[in-house]
Amino acid sequence: MRRLLSFHALLVYLFLYLPILVIVALSFNESRRGVHFTGFTLKWYQGLFQDPRVLEYFLNTLTVALVSTLVSTVLGTLLALGLVRYRFPGKGFLRYLLYVPVVMPDVVMGISLLLLFAFSRELLGFPRLSLLTVILGHITFQVAFVTLVVRSRLLLLDPALEEAARDLGARGFQTFFHVTLPLAWPGVAAGALLALTLSLDDFVVTFFTAGPGATTLPLYIYSSVKLGVSPKVHALSTLIIGLSAFFLALGYALTRRKV
Amino acid sequence: MNEAATPLQRLFRVLVTVGPGALWLFLFVLLPTLLVLLASFMSRGPYGELQGPLTLKNYLRLLEPPYLEAFAQSLWVGSLATLLSALLGYPLAFYIARHPRRDLLLFLLLLPFLTNFLIRVYAWLVLLQKEGLVNAFLQAFGLGPLSLYPSFLAVLLATVYTFLPFFVLPVYASVERIDWQLLEAAYDLGARPFRAFLHAVLPQTYPGLFAGSVLVFIPAMGTFVVADLLGAGRVVLIGNLIQQQFGVSRDWAFGAALSVFLMGFVLLSLYLYARLQGERGLEDLV
Repeated sequence: MRRLLSFHALLVYLFLYLPILVIVALSFNESRRGVHFTGFTLKWYQGLFQDPRVLEYFLNTLTVALVSTLVSTVLGTLLALGLVRYRFPGKGFLRYLLYVPVVMPDVVMGISLLLLFAFSRELLGFPRLSLLTVILGHITFQVAFVTLVVRSRLLLLDPALEEAARDLGARGFQTFFHVTLPLAWPGVAAGALLALTLSLDDFVVTFFTAGPGATTLPLYIYSSVKLGVSPKVHALSTLIIGLSAFFLALGYALTRRKV
Repeated sequence: MNEAATPLQRLFRVLVTVGPGALWLFLFVLLPTLLVLLASFMSRGPYGELQGPLTLKNYLRLLEPPYLEAFAQSLWVGSLATLLSALLGYPLAFYIARHPRRDLLLFLLLLPFLTNFLIRVYAWLVLLQKEGLVNAFLQAFGLGPLSLYPSFLAVLLATVYTFLPFFVLPVYASVERIDWQLLEAAYDLGARPFRAFLHAVLPQTYPGLFAGSVLVFIPAMGTFVVADLLGAGRVVLIGNLIQQQFGVSRDWAFGAALSVFLMGFVLLSLYLYARLQGERGLEDLV
């Protein structure tokens, strides 16, 4: 039974890694098509680095990810804090609203934002679909996730610590910056990391909210792939896989050290 | 909690913390959702714009055969993907939970999952294409080449591949909490391994099993990218129909009606899940 389970696990891990390894291998393959390895080459990477558009798409992706993560982390942390600490009318409704971006299929989220921007342009004259609308879209799904992650951390904290700070004469802002925030920090960091990952990974919401000049790497990959298999996409994918593996390994190493 | 605060101070604190986030959710979640609802009752103008008067005809159109077929296919893909994820993921969760290096195994499970979603789907296109690895393998045994792409099978495989960790993680969480003494008790009472598992272990993993199923089923039937890239027109799911209406067909009103329908279906699944698991279950999902 044990061996059967091990064998099964081996097969599943093979299933998980085979597709990725094939892409990595093919990115160094001389031949344009097929799986027969005809020789080692770096020419697809060269082609990638010589393409100025790819750099532009990369910078777009990075801009969207960093700006949206920053905004959503601040909004989400404050919202989580308010939801945990205070009672106010409409709180229950707000909590339901928070789950909407989490459970809503991303196509529906994408078209709902597209409709919002279209109506708003009709009535107010802005915004045009651009990098800005992509950022607005990303913040929208990120806020929900950041709030939920930070909230679960805040719920674990002992409220007595904040009371102690206040008894010692700390004002609201002092308590927040010297007690609450440092204690909630692991949650905030985890929320921000999740937000960053979600933004870098997002294709669907970007697809519906991007306008001309707002092409990101996932959009570029999609339009290339629609035309068929391309070794340049293999090279780009390999770079992205390498980067995410590096950051995940870093996060893994950091969390292990703390425990 | 703090008696010293005056009502004005308390209002200020709520406004500062909850205010911006709540405003954001109202503007970018609630308002767009209401607009989708509104648009679903409008119709397509001569230039593809939305126009009144309000009508029900978009919803009646959902009942036409091609759309019902897409709905059936979405359900079919969602169900099969959930079943396959269970077959692959359920035993794996046990293996990981009882392994001395489970940290590492979980890390290895998540690693492919954190590479870009599009790349994961694209990888299957590369594997299953006519000159791909799978066909090369089949030909070594004198089979094929089979036309594996574009196909329903390709869509199904890539869907399972994409969402498998969503299934494994909640089951893993359940397995970790299993009280193994129940199993020993079952053995002591003379149960054979299969019966012991069925009555002492399986029920303890129901919460993870349900959560994993919902987490795979909903995105599997809601996605359009997988069917778009690997079905290439042969597999049309609700998501693909929605994308078409907001793309080439430019019938936003009908696309909105399809979205309301899909959203309704998702909410129904979540409601059934909540009935099974209790309110707490919903929080566990996230």
